Amino acid sequence: MAISDGQIFDEPHGIPLRVTLMRAERRHRVKALILVLPLAFFILIFFVLPIARMLVNAVHDDTLLTLLPRTISELRQWDGNGLPDEPVYAALVVDLKQTIDQGTAGVIGKRMNYEIAGVVSKVTSSARKAQELSTGPYKEALIKIDALWARHDVWSLLKRGTSPYTFYYLLRAADYQYGPNSEIVASSPGNAIFQDVWLRTFGISFGVTLATLLLGFPVAYLLATLQPKHANLLLIMVLLPFWTSLLVRTTAWVVLLQRHGAVNEILVASHMISQPAELIYNRFGTLVAMSHIQLPFTLLPIYSVMKTISPSYIRAAQSLGAGPFYAFWKVYFPQTLSGVAAGCLLTFILCLGYYITPALVGGPSDQMVSFFVAHYTNEDLNWGMASALGAILLTATLTLYFVFNKLVGINRIKLG
Amino acid sequence: MSIAANEYTWYRRTTETAVVGESKSVGQMLNADDPLVKLIDIQKTYDGETLVVKDLNLDIAGGEFVTMLGPSGSGKTTSLMMLAGFETPTRGQIILGGRALDNVPPYKRNIGMVFQNYALFPHMTVEENLAFPLKVRKLGKLDIEAKINRALEIVRLGAYGNRRPGQLSGGQQQRVALARALVFEPKLVLMDEPLGALDKQLREHMQLEIKHIHEELGVTVVYVTHDQAEALTMSDRIAVFKDGAIQQLATPVELYEKPQNAFVARFIGESNQMRGKVTAIDGPGCSVEIEGAGDVRALAINVDVGAPTELSLRPERVTLNPMPGSMPNVFSARIEELIYLGDHVRVRLLACGCDNFVIKLNSAEDLTRVEPGAIITIGWKIEDCRALGVER
Repeated sequence: MAISDGQIFDEPHGIPLRVTLMRAERRHRVKALILVLPLAFFILIFFVLPIARMLVNAVHDDTLLTLLPRTISELRQWDGNGLPDEPVYAALVVDLKQTIDQGTAGVIGKRMNYEIAGVVSKVTSSARKAQELSTGPYKEALIKIDALWARHDVWSLLKRGTSPYTFYYLLRAADYQYGPNSEIVASSPGNAIFQDVWLRTFGISFGVTLATLLLGFPVAYLLATLQPKHANLLLIMVLLPFWTSLLVRTTAWVVLLQRHGAVNEILVASHMISQPAELIYNRFGTLVAMSHIQLPFTLLPIYSVMKTISPSYIRAAQSLGAGPFYAFWKVYFPQTLSGVAAGCLLTFILCLGYYITPALVGGPSDQMVSFFVAHYTNEDLNWGMASALGAILLTATLTLYFVFNKLVGINRIKLG
Repeated sequence: MSIAANEYTWYRRTTETAVVGESKSVGQMLNADDPLVKLIDIQKTYDGETLVVKDLNLDIAGGEFVTMLGPSGSGKTTSLMMLAGFETPTRGQIILGGRALDNVPPYKRNIGMVFQNYALFPHMTVEENLAFPLKVRKLGKLDIEAKINRALEIVRLGAYGNRRPGQLSGGQQQRVALARALVFEPKLVLMDEPLGALDKQLREHMQLEIKHIHEELGVTVVYVTHDQAEALTMSDRIAVFKDGAIQQLATPVELYEKPQNAFVARFIGESNQMRGKVTAIDGPGCSVEIEGAGDVRALAINVDVGAPTELSLRPERVTLNPMPGSMPNVFSARIEELIYLGDHVRVRLLACGCDNFVIKLNSAEDLTRVEPGAIITIGWKIEDCRALGVER
């Protein structure tokens, strides 16, 4: 048989071998696809799409563009210096008249209020009063209704509304905002809370990770070296809290640590302290409760790596003359690093998103980013801000993951 | 395998100084013919009920290669671990170089050890693995480098210093483990089935290599294995273990030619076992009555008149169709089965009431009349058939 085009043919049938192979594998592939399809759909609809939507929300805001269409359209011609001309004001009057019918004046006011405090009532009253204006010139008339419309920063804000995309939320989330001329300036001290929140979030996460590592490593070592009979019992004790509701565990700490809780009673009764100590509703309580919850996450990857380390390594090190501590430090510990890295990364990333625990056992200055996400989502209904905080948190987490991957190599990690 | 002669003498010199220095420090002088290692009345139990090692007594001379051979669970590895210090004897004493090791932890014993799975540190390169015992001993950098190079040369891995153990083949890892156990020049090296993970060909090659390294360095080796061929190949002396006790301690030749009991006869090499009763003892020989076969003349080893005995006869010591009158033991047998194995033919016979009686024939012989079902005669000498005491 001549194989001129490089294809290999199945001798009796004359079908290219590659085609035969594909036919044989197709069934396999279809089967595999059907098996993963439900989960893939689930993840797509309930995980990927909401996150994508949130990421878009963080930079997309067309409130002004849709609610003040004529004004925004006229503003496109404005050069941004001084105040806009008559046609813009005329368009604004038309738009404002319409907001009364649609009941959207409050929405516009709220959106503008994000950037310039105290304008909601001014916008709504202007809208109401603008109903009576029938002839121009509208510029003077509007300014007479409210001096708001003679403010340059207000018009700069409306001008920024010509684009459906804004960096306002992301800037705010990093304590920056737009100045009167749409330049980026630092937020006023009263508004600049987020750098603090980010530092706190990463600080608490780091502290909890460190605490769980220090507490978990010896236990993992014990688990890995004990006889199976005892190790299983200990493992159940480690896992038992893991199977308990997070809310129950957190409130248990409230019972233990409160002013007249078990811990304080014991300390006072044993005369170790004379006054009950402040153990909860502060940073200490937050760290204790979070470390307790996160301990298994740090411990289990370390344990699973330790299980694979043969005791003969320590024996070999000892036979070569290394004392127990030296053998542990130079031979055993380096081999646990992949587990340590996995456990710490897992705990650190999970800690970044903590919400319930700091909310229940922390004070006002212990609230982490998630608290503000929830606050903006549920109370302020400022979804742009919530999305921006979420987007930054997600980006930070992913960055962390990739830096970690570069340094340690994610494929060297064992998660159990 | 070639190591420069001066290197060999260098090694011997440093080793000897170390021995003398140590023995002085405990205030004893070591006689040249004192054994390097003495195991005295060692017992070991884990649960307080059964003894894993029973009354073990073993002297090992400096420079000797001693193998502990036995089936799994016979106490050989436990004995090695007690020598290394990873297990403590329940009773008895271990003496190394004139010094009791009772309360000496493993890391102060200065004993090299090669582990079953090598136990090379996976996060270190070959060089770092070899440097480990030297760094622990706080040697100078140049000294460490020289010793590593020498050790790598001995195991012929000079070019692999920068590799990690995971990048080496099983045989290479084995050599690194060997080099690491030798690099700090211990007086004694223990090996715990070090070749168990290698394939047959490589194993046989490494056996010779370890034997040669031992011969050239003059280091004392205690080797544990369950492979009798390995033990025969390498050892100066072999201790055959069973149920926590040494059954026989002898040179390979003596062990094969003169097994002291039925277990050793069965465990070392192959032997036909025939049960019978001693009817008479005359000098070195005895008569044994085997049911359904008659009297067999054999060498009395540890039997009494009237006692049951087990006769042990090596398959290759049986002669096919002996000349009449040339052998004291002549019996007829029926051929049951022939197994062709290249260099020899195994023939399974029904003889002396035993249907698993095996003889080995040189395949170069004329075997035309040897076929299943044929009736033949077989014969053997008195000194090849040993009447052994039966264990109770």
